[in-house]
Amino acid sequence: MKKHKKNRNVAIVGIGQTHHSSHREDVNQPEMIHEAVELALKDAGIGIEDVDALVHGNMELFEMVHQPDLWHVIGTGGYGKACYRVTTGGTTGATIVGVGDNIVASGLHDIVMIIGFEKQQEGHTTGGITNMADPLWARNLQTGALTGATAEKTINEFGADRAKRAAMRLRVTLDKHASLNPHAHRNFGLDYDQIDDLMVNSPQLVGELRLIHMCSQSDGAVAIILACEEKAKKISKKPVWIRDHVTVHREETFNMFGINENQEVTHHNAARKLFGRNGITNPREYFDVFEMYDPSSWWGLDWLREFLQLEGDEHLKMVENDEVSINGSFPLNPSGGVISTNPIGATAALRVAEAALQVRGDAGAHQIPREVKHALASGFGGTFWTVLFMLEKDLDWQEAE
Amino acid sequence: MTEENKHCYIKEGKLALPYQYFAGRIGSKFLVSLRDKKKILGVKCEKCGKVFIPPRKTCERCFEDISEKWVELSNEGEVTNFTVVRTDDKHHPRKAPYVLAMIKLGGADTPIAHILDGVDPDSVKIGMKVKAVFADKAVNTMLQIDRFEPVK
Ligand SMILES: [Zn+2]
Repeated sequence: MKKHKKNRNVAIVGIGQTHHSSHREDVNQPEMIHEAVELALKDAGIGIEDVDALVHGNMELFEMVHQPDLWHVIGTGGYGKACYRVTTGGTTGATIVGVGDNIVASGLHDIVMIIGFEKQQEGHTTGGITNMADPLWARNLQTGALTGATAEKTINEFGADRAKRAAMRLRVTLDKHASLNPHAHRNFGLDYDQIDDLMVNSPQLVGELRLIHMCSQSDGAVAIILACEEKAKKISKKPVWIRDHVTVHREETFNMFGINENQEVTHHNAARKLFGRNGITNPREYFDVFEMYDPSSWWGLDWLREFLQLEGDEHLKMVENDEVSINGSFPLNPSGGVISTNPIGATAALRVAEAALQVRGDAGAHQIPREVKHALASGFGGTFWTVLFMLEKDLDWQEAE
Repeated sequence: MTEENKHCYIKEGKLALPYQYFAGRIGSKFLVSLRDKKKILGVKCEKCGKVFIPPRKTCERCFEDISEKWVELSNEGEVTNFTVVRTDDKHHPRKAPYVLAMIKLGGADTPIAHILDGVDPDSVKIGMKVKAVFADKAVNTMLQIDRFEPVK
């Protein structure tokens, strides 16, 4: 099997996440992070003394603390250790896993813990996003994460009724998934017979992007422990291998002038690169589950096409035929996804964590009902920043070349 | 102004950044004790023996959960370091000159920063014995201790 060159193999050996909710008044930031750190260490069966380095992710202005990695040391266990702070917007959670993968694969550290968190109630999310834009050219034009453009594009391409129905069907499917996940922040108990009602009556945010389509604002944290092959095999009975990851971003999308609509989307580009260099010709066939960073149902729908390199209306059919449901042939976000739970700095790391739990068979009530050998997980953030991971149950892609 | 920079414009701006901070269950218990009982609480790590103030969930050295290991500290302590603020600013809690001191309370291993009043700034010394004076009304921050004063 074709493979991408990696200096040494890296596995996920520990996963911990808090419960996620709109408020965590009971804890401050280091205390909330500590909950996830303790759970990850317990899951891996190691102590903080076994961890060589930390990668801490944050979002500028979202937590309203300067240098949160230093302030959080009480909860992270970073005292005396090599620590890195990484901030790449909504993508942060995925980038910290990518950094962890790189610094273990490189041989720099053997065991690394990555930490993603958010307390959206404390900071000012939209203020953060809006005020990060270029002050002279773009700041007054920024609306934060809300955009109706993809809804409009999809409606123009497939007709209003079919497009709106597919987006809402995906929304209901993911709500059903969220109801199976005890960590999920929101589930409304939606059912498919409410689609017609929701298509009309859910409050409009921007154009056909409605409140029900949009992700939540959540508080929560996740910690993931990565180890090199030698240590991973000693620590874990069920290591989940990070076969490869890729990062693609487009800073120029904040430049409002002269966007070429036909230009390749970063998700498409990332998937094309990742699949190409690993010899994956049919991702729908190859991957058993996909944990996608889906900020809205419109994006979730459209991005299925981009990531899976689909043509025409294949992505709509996948939703219409329930292929993306937990019992379907290509389960999407069995955790309920970002739509249900969005502690932003942790969100993209949760995609990797949830995908890894599926590979281990440890997802609980939202475990998909067949063996998971190959998982895909994506992160997304401002300026169209994509990080895409391939996780594997077995090291079997190593053998052939 | 040179020829090169005289046509370089600057955009002035100002950000309004509303935020909240959740003290959490542990921090709140500390504040409620200050307010309702005028008692200063710390938490003790039984592994290394350190007593921390403000309280915290975890000893970052031992990684022990110490959130229920409350100990009552003395309202008196000693100055471990200090500075004299000699400039006025609308954000300052006192008119200059005034003293900001690091104070280690009896029973604690970590000092806290607070206002030291009732003393000529030029006669403050490290090792000076001081005591907490509590605010009369609910403040619900560290200023529930209004100030420290020298022990007479
Ligand atoms: Zn200790």
